[in-house]
Amino acid sequence: MNMVKRAFAAGVAFAGGASPAMAAWSDVNLRVGVTELSREIYGLHMLILWICVAIAVAVFAVMIYSIATFRKSKGAVPANFDHNTKAEVIWTVIPVLILVGMAIPAARTLVKIDDMRGSELTIKVTGYQWKWQYEYVDHGVSFYSTLARTSDEARQVDSGVDPRSVENYLLEVDNPLVVPQGRKVRVLITANDVIHAWWVPDFGMKRDAIPGFINEMWFRADETGVFRGQCAELCGRDHGFMPIVVVVKPQDEYDAWLKEQQAARQAAATPAAQTAQASQQVDTVAALRVANAE
Amino acid sequence: MSTTHTQAHGHAHEHHDDHGPAKGFKRWLTTTNHKDIGTMYLVFSLVMFLLGGAMALVIRAELFMPGMQLVDPGFFNTMTTVHALIMVFGAVMPATVGLANWMIPLQVGAPDMALPRMNNFSFWLLVAAFSLLILSLFMPGGGPAAGWTLYPPLVLQTGDALPLAIFAIHLAGASSIMGAINIIVTIMNMRAPGMTLLKMPLFVWTWLITAYLLIAVMPVFAGAVTMLLTDHFFGTTFFAAAGGGDPVLYQHIFWFFGHPEVYIMILPAFGIVSEIIPTFSRKPLFGYDAMVYATASIAFLSFIVWAHHMFTVGMPLAGQMFFMLSTMLIAVPTGVKVFNWTATMWRGSLTFEPPMLFALAFLFLFTIGGFSGLMMAIAPVDFQYHDTYFIVAHFHYVLVPGAVFAIMAGVYYWLPKWTGHMYDMKLANLHFWSSAIFVNVLFFPQHFLGLAGMPRRIPDYSTQFADWNMVSSIGAFGFGLSQLLFVYVIWKCARGGAKVSDEVWDGARVHGLEWTVPSPAPYHTFDEAPVVK
Repeated sequence: MNMVKRAFAAGVAFAGGASPAMAAWSDVNLRVGVTELSREIYGLHMLILWICVAIAVAVFAVMIYSIATFRKSKGAVPANFDHNTKAEVIWTVIPVLILVGMAIPAARTLVKIDDMRGSELTIKVTGYQWKWQYEYVDHGVSFYSTLARTSDEARQVDSGVDPRSVENYLLEVDNPLVVPQGRKVRVLITANDVIHAWWVPDFGMKRDAIPGFINEMWFRADETGVFRGQCAELCGRDHGFMPIVVVVKPQDEYDAWLKEQQAARQAAATPAAQTAQASQQVDTVAALRVANAE
Repeated sequence: MSTTHTQAHGHAHEHHDDHGPAKGFKRWLTTTNHKDIGTMYLVFSLVMFLLGGAMALVIRAELFMPGMQLVDPGFFNTMTTVHALIMVFGAVMPATVGLANWMIPLQVGAPDMALPRMNNFSFWLLVAAFSLLILSLFMPGGGPAAGWTLYPPLVLQTGDALPLAIFAIHLAGASSIMGAINIIVTIMNMRAPGMTLLKMPLFVWTWLITAYLLIAVMPVFAGAVTMLLTDHFFGTTFFAAAGGGDPVLYQHIFWFFGHPEVYIMILPAFGIVSEIIPTFSRKPLFGYDAMVYATASIAFLSFIVWAHHMFTVGMPLAGQMFFMLSTMLIAVPTGVKVFNWTATMWRGSLTFEPPMLFALAFLFLFTIGGFSGLMMAIAPVDFQYHDTYFIVAHFHYVLVPGAVFAIMAGVYYWLPKWTGHMYDMKLANLHFWSSAIFVNVLFFPQHFLGLAGMPRRIPDYSTQFADWNMVSSIGAFGFGLSQLLFVYVIWKCARGGAKVSDEVWDGARVHGLEWTVPSPAPYHTFDEAPVVK
């Protein structure tokens, strides 16, 4: 009995990590994600993937048939035709129709992605070399988010630490972004030095963080949980080491968290710090004006 | 390869009474002969291919396991950047220019290129350009590390390597423009009597269109990098918001060059494959006119799709819509080409010599790259794919088993004509099979990595990506080692081997003028223009 158990455990380990051939579906495909947009994007991805697979099967079948059948070694005698107008028209028109079929749902999703109206919370994200700053612009809360120390120690050249022994290696931060479940969050994205990109795969979206300009995107997370992503635009030496972690909480837990943050901020605030914070808020207001003017 | 030409020269004396090449190093430095210059371009590109490949192996070695084992993250970025610059501007482009130099005069029945001295100059400029680029690796602050796209503001953080890299690009660009002018003038003015435009071989057609693309976009790229230079050294702010500029402006200019650039790499490959498939199917190319028009359509579309490389920069909805739809349109002429190649094989009489094997691998694997390209054209989904390993998989599929396999097919197709010897078939077949297998082991898993969420250009990754990275790295080393076989096959063939007939391939004579001249092709060919009926 014990041996059966052990064999089973080994089998699970094999399927789960040791063998790429048996890797889980999530290791080889896009995530469905937890937002309306991410699900639509996943649906589009699968639609187009299957259309491509169907076309590939048809085209490759003809190629393979030709290679297998029309061989000189089998005594094939070459024909001498060099065009066929009917066939050429057919294989020009059919792809056009397929493309139209793809473009319609794609355009619909694109319009939805671009619709920023009705957001319930605005968060400003600023990329730095190599960390993120999150500002809850209407609530006076702001903090930096950097790679967790455990990962940072393990990722040094020849650190001697096995990355597999570090939980969420390279995907853990000190201060995660916290957002409420089921609320439309508008994210304003900018950067302070070079271009970065803010990307959480489970939310379906990424946008570039460009110094001097403000980009927008939105998400509404339907599920609570911890969602991880990474900077997706080469931003220098430590580009690979500025992850993004978003914790989605139920509204009441989020409210409690926000209060706690505000209280902690007030307690810590000396007069000097308050001035600094106030000037930062003026910056934010100016930035918002730019965003609205666009 | 110099032996080749000494032999070619000796052979030439049997047929002609003209003067042969000079002796020694001076011959190569001062040559104006299209065959010599073609050979130099090809040897240069092979050296660059191995050097760029070695850099790719540094990348794949670091990515073999999670954790940083071998290099500093900054040096890793230098490797990704310089690997790409060398492969694009040093390996693929010069290889197609080398083939053009050798084959266009032979295919249109011209005695040489139209502007032989400029031809020599454009080659040696390229050597200067890459000397500068390689020198930049040893500058204080390290080599260029902002990616081959050189996006500001990041690229402006480069140390002393920046001006070297930019001047290298200027020189390489000037070299390309000269090469392009030469090719256009040769094709327009030096075709044999009777060879109307619509009788030209497809390789000549695709190169004619490529040359126009080069002339149109290389100056744009030169302008973009010059603006980087003035932003860095002369206080301009083209790309800095603080001075009223815009970093995204650079991206628009870059990709206005960059998208036609990818067709500059693939159109000659289309041409090569369009030469090879008919020869080994023993049948004329299906839909010749459609092939020419499809090539021209692809070239035209390449100018109006550039912003699909930058869907995530935050364009207006109308812009995203336009670039999504125009990009999807490219699938139509590209599809026509794939269907026509397939129809060429239909009811043919196929044999599978190494050129045909590489052309067939191109046909299958380039098509896979085309499918992933179509997927990324869909803007909303590209918000997920963008800057992940999915795009890395895509462009390597169209560039390695796409452009590079087509170039290898071309080399295996024309090498016997150049040297007068048949190469070692067994080794060439082995080179094909190991390349074709390992290239898929190398790049196919990268689709999975990208979809699962691994960003590109990162030196280390979270442990969930470990398995496929290991598979990919094993493929990389297999593929890299396979290319040593390629070098050996060429070297051996240049030294000697079974003599080939003028026609070389069974029935090739009807497929092009190059198969009517002796093998090896004498130092001077078509002193009298052939008449094409």
